[in-house]
Amino acid sequence: MVLKIFFPQCCNRADSGLLVGRWISSQDSAVVLAVIHYPFIPGHVKQYIQQVSMQAKSGVELSVLGSWSLPKDGQEGMESFLRDLSTIFPQERWLQINREVGKMGFTCQVLQRDQSKTLILDIHWLYTVALELSDGLPPQNYKSSLTCPSSPLIQMFQTVANSQPLFFLDRYDDGPLKSTHWQTEGREASIIVELLKQACIPLCMLIGWLLSIWTWICNIRIFSLYPLRFLSSKLSTCVQLSYRTEYMRLLSSPKPAAGHTQFMRKANIVVSFLVDVALGMLLIWWLYRDNHITMLANTLVPAADHVAKELDELLQWLMGAPAGLKMNRALDQVLGRFFLYHIHLWISYIHLMSPFIEGILWYGGLSACLGLTFALSLLSDMVALLTFHIYCFYVYGARLYCLKIYGLSSLWRLFRGKKWNVLRQRVDSCSYDMDQLFIGTLLFTVLLFLLPTTALYYLVFTLLRLLVVLFQGVLHLSVDFINSFPLFAMSLRITRPYRLAEGVKFRVLCEEPGTALHLLMEINPLKCSAVVQTYRTPTYSCYPKDSWAALVKKLFVGELIYPWRHKTTKTD
Amino acid sequence: MEDEAFTDINGKSISLDCQSHSSLCSEFIVSVPKVSIGKVMVYTCCVWLLAYAVFFFTENTAVLSSAIFITLVGMMLHIHFVKVDHESLLVIGSLGIQVSSSYASGRETTTFIEMSKIKDIVINEAIYMHQIIYYLCVLLKEPSDPNAVSSVVPLFQSSKPRLNCLVKVYKSCQEIISKC
Repeated sequence: MVLKIFFPQCCNRADSGLLVGRWISSQDSAVVLAVIHYPFIPGHVKQYIQQVSMQAKSGVELSVLGSWSLPKDGQEGMESFLRDLSTIFPQERWLQINREVGKMGFTCQVLQRDQSKTLILDIHWLYTVALELSDGLPPQNYKSSLTCPSSPLIQMFQTVANSQPLFFLDRYDDGPLKSTHWQTEGREASIIVELLKQACIPLCMLIGWLLSIWTWICNIRIFSLYPLRFLSSKLSTCVQLSYRTEYMRLLSSPKPAAGHTQFMRKANIVVSFLVDVALGMLLIWWLYRDNHITMLANTLVPAADHVAKELDELLQWLMGAPAGLKMNRALDQVLGRFFLYHIHLWISYIHLMSPFIEGILWYGGLSACLGLTFALSLLSDMVALLTFHIYCFYVYGARLYCLKIYGLSSLWRLFRGKKWNVLRQRVDSCSYDMDQLFIGTLLFTVLLFLLPTTALYYLVFTLLRLLVVLFQGVLHLSVDFINSFPLFAMSLRITRPYRLAEGVKFRVLCEEPGTALHLLMEINPLKCSAVVQTYRTPTYSCYPKDSWAALVKKLFVGELIYPWRHKTTKTD
Repeated sequence: MEDEAFTDINGKSISLDCQSHSSLCSEFIVSVPKVSIGKVMVYTCCVWLLAYAVFFFTENTAVLSSAIFITLVGMMLHIHFVKVDHESLLVIGSLGIQVSSSYASGRETTTFIEMSKIKDIVINEAIYMHQIIYYLCVLLKEPSDPNAVSSVVPLFQSSKPRLNCLVKVYKSCQEIISKC
């Protein structure tokens, strides 16, 4: 018959008196919540406990558990007095815990009950942790060892969380009763948090009002025309804007957070937003001093020119005998001239825009005051616009190559006397006519000998396109990182690890023969990787759509690749 | 406290320390031999000789400083995340089991499993490449379905003691668990 007693560490040095708490008889355990000191009048104590029990949440029945004695000098009669108290407070079981000054262990006895062994668990717990663990923490996608609702530990934390009214009185009050409990030495709080709590409501109202104006602007009819809608779903700046609006909407509701997860998510959003804006301000400060904008604008047009010149040289090289390969002269010239003309068009377009570039950069840089993520998305969009010609070349090259490959594979089947059966989705044998075979073989030969030229152009432009996609991908990844990283949760984990609990851990305190077994129970904080996984803000994360094998296969066949995919629906 | 000559599955010697705090609670600590200074010196010398060879060809001092940096960072990461110093199992009757492993840098990771979720502690066999090894594990159950095993938690994964050591731990654990 094992009896477990949860004893708060703060009462280790409390003066002698009565133990107040709750019996969890289904698990044979007792939770000690406070010690009421001698001298007291038993009638007052009974009245107080009844009052507190009525006020406590969800009807937690508190009662006097027993007596605690830590004899100091001049209190010799204490022992017998405390023993006689068991007659005044009628209980099934009466706990008597004694401690000598200088010895670590407690001796405890339980009267009116056969006991064979007693375990005493000495714990050090804090209110916020108790709340989270009693709420059935952890969040759904994380497993912990304390999820069983009928476990003695969960019950213990629930008792502490629900017995708030007991902690209003402590030994520094001037009432008839003086008690010691875990809030006697003061709760952990901070001025900043209290001020923030007061400033919450007007801030929420302000954000809500700003949001309503913004949503009204966005819902103007002209913006829902088809081309604009399509454009806005492709431009990452618009995507980022909509994402930000969504989360501001979440923040602007005046109701307090419903549970621990909601609170952490809101806090993470606020902190990410503040860090984002701070980084953006830093960027603006760097950008707008010492004429950096003019310098950037002045290097942009020559850089574009340089890229165009390099592409020119590349195409001239391809039109000759690249790497010693012999190209088909006619096709080579056609493709080469076609692409050269494109580059010429693009360069004229850039030169047309060059007087406006500085202005665009200046106003674009202002967008960084909304946050670094906006500046990065704007950069990604600008890169996409400026390298549009590379994208066009890639599409032309890929389409040509794809057509050629399909033609080749179909004619190769004809060459062998087979055919693709669309109905059965398989290759069947087929008897062709003489002229079909003749023309088919001819076309096959033509396509085959033209293959190296097309393949080379396709290779070159695919590599260029992949380079651009890689750069854009890096930008998107960093935007996603800033958006979704739970900075608040991580800093909470580093500075106050007991607030994010994964479970509990035990340590054997001391064993003196004859006394009960003492264990120290501490909060086991979440691992840092678990913190990131649990509290990550879900975003429109862009991640690779295909695996590497599928990507390589697509490249080989000539299908157009869109390697990054935006998740359109957020999953919670 | 007993300290016989146990070995792990690769033949390196480990030590087992059983402490019985009461009839309901006992703790088993398996300690692995510490990082040997000879190995550290061999690795460091290899890396630095390689860096010096590269420096000889490229005449770039950044190679040397990066080699020093890499060695230091690698050693720190190794003792903080990889090298386990000792693993312990604390069995508290009627409360639960606590498994913890402590690394060479002092970091400790702990998991506590409640008694209501524990079905049993058993010694299991596993086929690992060309060997058959024994390992001690905790069988977990869902409280709603006491007959099904929901998951298996292996113990002493870094120290991997042999059967004689496991049998000792198993016997003491079963004494405590069968009592409650």
